[in-house]
Amino acid sequence: MTAKPDRGRVELDSQECKGCGLCVEACPPKVLHLSSHLNHYGYHPAAYDGAGCTSCGICFFVCPEPGAIVVLRLVAA
Amino acid sequence: MKAQLTKGNEAIVKAAVLAGARAYYGYPITPASEIAEAAALYFPQAGGVFLQAESEVGAVNMLYGAASAGVRCMSASSGPGISLMQEGLSYLAGAELPCVVADIMRGGPGLGNINPEQGDYNQLVKGGGHGNYKTLVLAPSSAQEMADLTAWAFDLADEFRNPVAVLADGYVGQMMEPVRFADPIPVAPPPDWAVTGTAESRKNLITSLFLLADEAERHVRHLESKYKEAERKYTRAECWRTDDAEIVLVGYGIVGRILKAAVELGRSRGMALGLLRPITLYPFPTVQVREVGKRVKAVVVVELSTGQLVDDVRLALNGSVPIELYSRVGGNVPSAEEVLGFIQRTFMQSREEALIHG
Amino acid sequence: MASYTVTHEKAECLYEIYERKPELKHQTHYCPGCGHGIALKLLARAIDEAGIRDRTIMVSPVGCSVFLYYYFDVGNVQVSHGRAPAVGTGLSRSLPESIVISYQGDGDLAAIGTAEILHAANRGESMMVVFVNNGIYGMTGGQMAPTTPLGKKSTTTPFGRNEWTDGPPVRMSEILNALDAPVFIERVGLGDNKQIMQAGKAFRRALDIQVKRQGFSFLEVLSPCPTIWKLDPVDAQRFIREDMAKTFPIGNLRDRTKDALSRPAPKPAPPIAELPRILELTDDTPEEPVATPSKPLDLRLRIAGFGGQGVLMLGEVLAEAGLEAGYNVSWLPSYGPEMRSGTSNCHVRICSDPVDSPLVSNPSVLIAMNEPSLRKFLPSVEPGGMVIYNGETEPPEDCRRPDVRFITAHFTALADSLGSSKATNIVMLGALLEAEDLIEEKYVASALRGKVKSQRWLNIDFAAIERGREIACPV
Repeated sequence: MTAKPDRGRVELDSQECKGCGLCVEACPPKVLHLSSHLNHYGYHPAAYDGAGCTSCGICFFVCPEPGAIVVLRLVAA
Repeated sequence: MKAQLTKGNEAIVKAAVLAGARAYYGYPITPASEIAEAAALYFPQAGGVFLQAESEVGAVNMLYGAASAGVRCMSASSGPGISLMQEGLSYLAGAELPCVVADIMRGGPGLGNINPEQGDYNQLVKGGGHGNYKTLVLAPSSAQEMADLTAWAFDLADEFRNPVAVLADGYVGQMMEPVRFADPIPVAPPPDWAVTGTAESRKNLITSLFLLADEAERHVRHLESKYKEAERKYTRAECWRTDDAEIVLVGYGIVGRILKAAVELGRSRGMALGLLRPITLYPFPTVQVREVGKRVKAVVVVELSTGQLVDDVRLALNGSVPIELYSRVGGNVPSAEEVLGFIQRTFMQSREEALIHG
Repeated sequence: MASYTVTHEKAECLYEIYERKPELKHQTHYCPGCGHGIALKLLARAIDEAGIRDRTIMVSPVGCSVFLYYYFDVGNVQVSHGRAPAVGTGLSRSLPESIVISYQGDGDLAAIGTAEILHAANRGESMMVVFVNNGIYGMTGGQMAPTTPLGKKSTTTPFGRNEWTDGPPVRMSEILNALDAPVFIERVGLGDNKQIMQAGKAFRRALDIQVKRQGFSFLEVLSPCPTIWKLDPVDAQRFIREDMAKTFPIGNLRDRTKDALSRPAPKPAPPIAELPRILELTDDTPEEPVATPSKPLDLRLRIAGFGGQGVLMLGEVLAEAGLEAGYNVSWLPSYGPEMRSGTSNCHVRICSDPVDSPLVSNPSVLIAMNEPSLRKFLPSVEPGGMVIYNGETEPPEDCRRPDVRFITAHFTALADSLGSSKATNIVMLGALLEAEDLIEEKYVASALRGKVKSQRWLNIDFAAIERGREIACPV
């Protein structure tokens, strides 16, 4: 038996992220964190915990990089 | 079209509309205000835009917008207003945008007065704004030339994608003479570099910003090559009775007219005078000045400024011929007799008489 | 397997790769946590939703705003510091179908460019202005902005912004709200999720006004500048909410979208063939062959008098008549304060040869409409020349010359008896025509008809010419 899938999913481009942390702060279900590793430019990029996203889109709007975050929503079967 | 008695300032506007100009942005100033007034009357009727801007700074930047849209556009002012436009002219040249600006010169510096003077020579011919650029400068001396050179200014502006100035003094702007206007030409479609708010022009960018040194140098060298081309292709001067002249008078604008009278008057008194009247001030008619300089014993530069035009004549002749400067300012415009008086004082007293009488 | 659909992603009107950027082409040039990126994203989304990418022209002036053309796949015009609303005016007036968006910072809009924004707003230009207010000069490294809050330190207010020396911060939205023309003015913040979502709505609304061509819309965005404020991005957001918003209250100041009318479409341009008529270059009278001058002429006239005496008009009539008679002519006014009363004079040349100098320093004819003019110009009249003098009595002793012919009369009284002293100049013209065989009267009459539109005045003028002729006629 499989677990019920999350309502949403978030994809973060670790190479575009500047590690400002606004998405981590803003995320209502608190499912984002800053990685411990450094990206190409020397920032700790934001990353998805892997579960719990509601596809609310808040992280997309607070992110100052126009292309760093893509939010997806579960399509009803 | 038959010749009509037309004020120089109005000739500029009518010629501009006939040449396809469809946007005028300006701020009134004596002695250029008739240009704004005529533009307010004619541009909207011709399907164009007229707007009285909040300042010359606003006006020149509105030209930047209209030129970006690929519209033939113009403004006009006098010295103090041209000073305010210099920032914009630098940006226009940097962004390679064509436009025409008429400067109907008045007295300066500062508020000066509203009398005719030629003190804006350096601020337009030598640049005036920041950076390595040039403004092409044409100098009409009659109402007919106000029309003809304005029309040419639009062609030059488009060819070189650069601001072109029509530099006249208060007298040329204010006087009325018969003008025969050219037939109207249709408005050309916007050039392919213009930003017109369409899918086809979406990728276009108007900018004068080049962050990297190599990129900026490439751009400035490109501008430089355009100016060199203009220098090769378009220097113009009127030479009048220079073939057998011993002394050639050099002056532009209204001074050119007075000097022509002086040449005639002088010749009637046995003086072998000729006239060279620069029509393009930038590019300067160096070739023509040199050519005439080979044949004469002296050159007399007459200008309504304290020695601005004379610098370019000196550069052109490079010490090969003695050069004298007769300068009047403040609105004092010399008569032909006064010019002859200067020549007589200068050459009859201090040099051998043979110079005059041959 | 669960399937997902994208709900939020990079706007289509933004470039995928920023090719115009010299390096780091995947990222914006903004610092981590900068509000510009958010404002830009909200704007891009609004453009996508309105479906106007092809019609949009972005105007970006100096400051951190300058590089919008790296990002926006729309028409782009980069401009000088503060002048974006003027450039936007030039664009939008000539391109009424386009959507012009000016995107400016606080130094740009609220300091160096105050004149341009104020007047563009006052004219109600079809333009959306995004005003990114972060209360500091970011790109130049942290100098005071016109919007820096009181007490706040910057590199040019090392002791904090002082009310007495620096003045209080400038509230641009409130200033523009004092004008009649703007349709929409709102201040939004980027201080938290709620503020950002509210800002997104305002972006859409301000842009919709452009789509409907209703006029000027202004959106002030309180935006964090963590780097220069020396705050981490989360604290910078808090500073917006708790500090900036005190000086700059968030909210809508004006929304007249319901009442505002769409700007009328410009009138279609007339056919090219109409231009000569529009420019008053066509002549209704049947085309007559240009007259051949009946005799050689070199007339050098100086006409002088008080402003309002018709000095310049008389000169114009003579020049026009000379032109119609087939001569070369010029007319040169001494312009300036004379136009606002005072003395006035003009130079007229009518000659067979081309006019060399239009300046008349030694007139062959002086028309002096008062004594000061006679006094001033009599010495310059060439020997053998003529003076027509408007005086109640003979010229004073010191204003006479034996080598010059005088016609003296009280021309003003003569004109007055004809119905108006304003016709003095034309009575003097009549005297000139009689005294010297210059130009046939039909050309003068035609010139007068061209200049004088009222029949009543024409009648007076023709009577005036006759009266003048009688005066000059040798008895």
